[in-house]
Amino acid sequence: MKSKPSSTEKQTPAPAALEHFVLKLYIAGQSPKSLNAIANIKKICEENLQGRYELKVIDLYEQPQLAQGDQIIALPTLIKKIPPPLRRIIGDLSDTERVLVGLDIQQA
Amino acid sequence: MMKSDSKSRASHPAGLKKSPTGIVGLDQITNGGLPQGRSTLVCGGTGCGKTLLAMEFLVRGATEFNEPGVFLSFEETIQDLTENVASLGFDLQKLVAQKKIVLDYVYIERSEIQQSGEYDLEGLFIRLGAAIDAIGARRVVLDTIETLFSGLPNPAILRAELRRLFRWLKEKGVTAILTGERGEKMLTRQGLEEYVSDCVIVLDHRVTEQTSSRRLRVIKYRGATHGTNEYPFLIDAEGFSVLPVTSLGLAHKASYERISSGIARLDAMLGGEGYFRGSSILISGTAGTGKSSLAAHFADAACHRGERVIYFSFEESPDQILRNMASIGINLQPWIKKGLLQIQATRPSSAGLETHLVKMHNVVNAFKPRVVILDPLNSFIFADNEIEVKSMLTRLVDYLKTEQITGLFTNLAQSSSLVGQTDVNISSVIDSWLLLRDIDSGSERNRGLSILKSRGMAHSNQIREFLLTGHGVELRDVYVGPEGVLTGSARLTKEAENEAAQLVHKQDVELRRIELERKRTTLKAQIAMLRAEFAVQEVASIKIIGQETAEKAQLAQGRVDMGVSRSVDEKPNKDKEDST
Repeated sequence: MKSKPSSTEKQTPAPAALEHFVLKLYIAGQSPKSLNAIANIKKICEENLQGRYELKVIDLYEQPQLAQGDQIIALPTLIKKIPPPLRRIIGDLSDTERVLVGLDIQQA
Repeated sequence: MMKSDSKSRASHPAGLKKSPTGIVGLDQITNGGLPQGRSTLVCGGTGCGKTLLAMEFLVRGATEFNEPGVFLSFEETIQDLTENVASLGFDLQKLVAQKKIVLDYVYIERSEIQQSGEYDLEGLFIRLGAAIDAIGARRVVLDTIETLFSGLPNPAILRAELRRLFRWLKEKGVTAILTGERGEKMLTRQGLEEYVSDCVIVLDHRVTEQTSSRRLRVIKYRGATHGTNEYPFLIDAEGFSVLPVTSLGLAHKASYERISSGIARLDAMLGGEGYFRGSSILISGTAGTGKSSLAAHFADAACHRGERVIYFSFEESPDQILRNMASIGINLQPWIKKGLLQIQATRPSSAGLETHLVKMHNVVNAFKPRVVILDPLNSFIFADNEIEVKSMLTRLVDYLKTEQITGLFTNLAQSSSLVGQTDVNISSVIDSWLLLRDIDSGSERNRGLSILKSRGMAHSNQIREFLLTGHGVELRDVYVGPEGVLTGSARLTKEAENEAAQLVHKQDVELRRIELERKRTTLKAQIAMLRAEFAVQEVASIKIIGQETAEKAQLAQGRVDMGVSRSVDEKPNKDKEDST
């Protein structure tokens, strides 16, 4: 299932495939879920968005005030604001396909 | 987790501390407030006032009990929330600026969210924790946390996390209110009551006979006794108020003070001094027998004493009452201007009984009157809600009595013959019961007043005729004679007849008096004449007696002279003379 998104399969992802991605990953300290999420998203980005993504990891234990602004309830949460639309993916990101669909990199 | 649970259980025997809500009545029902440091579930249907209850708990905590609070809203934005409660007089912006309250709106949009792998609600914990720490909050509201179930995937995770949340709140030592929408079979849609085991309050908003009423019930309060009944509550400009009146029992003080009914003759009938202060008075009668007029008299008298009066009218507008009472010479307008009298006119159907009751409570609380008038009471009785009306009246009377307020209620009876029966339901809470009725006689309709009962005083058992005149109500004795009870023209005729008869009788008496006088004068004259005759005889007699004495003396002198001339021995002569 870890196939690369191919622009020939569907029409819509084609422009998205070239777009620049800005991602924020909210985690809570060194919990297993947090560590897994970091590892998972790094792998997914490297495999799918190489060279055209920014990933910022925010530990809410250190910056709790940020939770309100980005409406964080569940952890870990991955937020994609650019390119629009806004998407949130919650969980340790172990289901790669869900992540790709969630980020509009791959169609469901 | 298990550790913290057992720890909190162990602290139970120390006695449950309570966090006062500051909400009128609710603290009474719960004997002091919500369980401190624990979570309370407030559930109910849409629009039943959950959010307002929770918000008032928070605002009162921040303003009255120095307990800052955090409001985590899952449904309304901060702006909406601020605007909504501004109508209750709560200035959230100010409280937020003073760092007494933190408002946080949790936005969850299901369509934005994807799940990939395991997640938890640590973000919520961190967020809530940060808010609590920021202002040192002692109170927390989560409104409505169930929104999480529709916003986030995987209910199994959510349930586990909620359980953790409630334990965490307990560890934090904050007093929390969670709200929940009423479910079909359970109290809440997601069965929150399973997790919150300390206190559960259910709000209800029901409609009967096209009028709505709100009720509150404490279903559960672990470790403490609480009122278990359904209590009516109201949300108005002052916020939330719950009426726990039935819990007050029968402990009110009874005053010995008497107050005038405003009608001297009626006072005389009521043991000579009028009603007891703080008693409840019912005036019942058929249509047009003058119930309102009696009530207006009473109000007028109270205002004259400088006491405040609230007149609740359920049939007439204030203007109409003023005009109608002016027609019988009772001018209430000045009392309104002076601020002694307040006329509150509402339609009985405008709200449910309980709402009326709470409203009346609030008005009474704010105005602090000594006299409250309800005119008429039975506008509330619709189809078969007499029992409810009785319970409402009982509550009202209880409340008025504890406040030492005299309550006067009027009641429109359907037919004079049934008066005694139809009102039995409410009569038990009434101290003085006046009965007004029509008396049909001589093709006339007249009014009669009698006292059916009046607790604690020797009251008259007489029926008085009740007249509405240009200068108020007048009571007259009815004519009771061989012809029966006479009122109105018949009474007047009878009275005229009596007067005539009396006049004749009076003249008779006068005649006899004159006769007697004449006799006395005659007798006196006779006595004078006899006296005069006697005086004449007396003078004559005295004269004769005088002559005789003089003759005797002359005779004796003659004898002495003769003796002297005959040279008789003086001594024997003298003895002889002495013996004669």
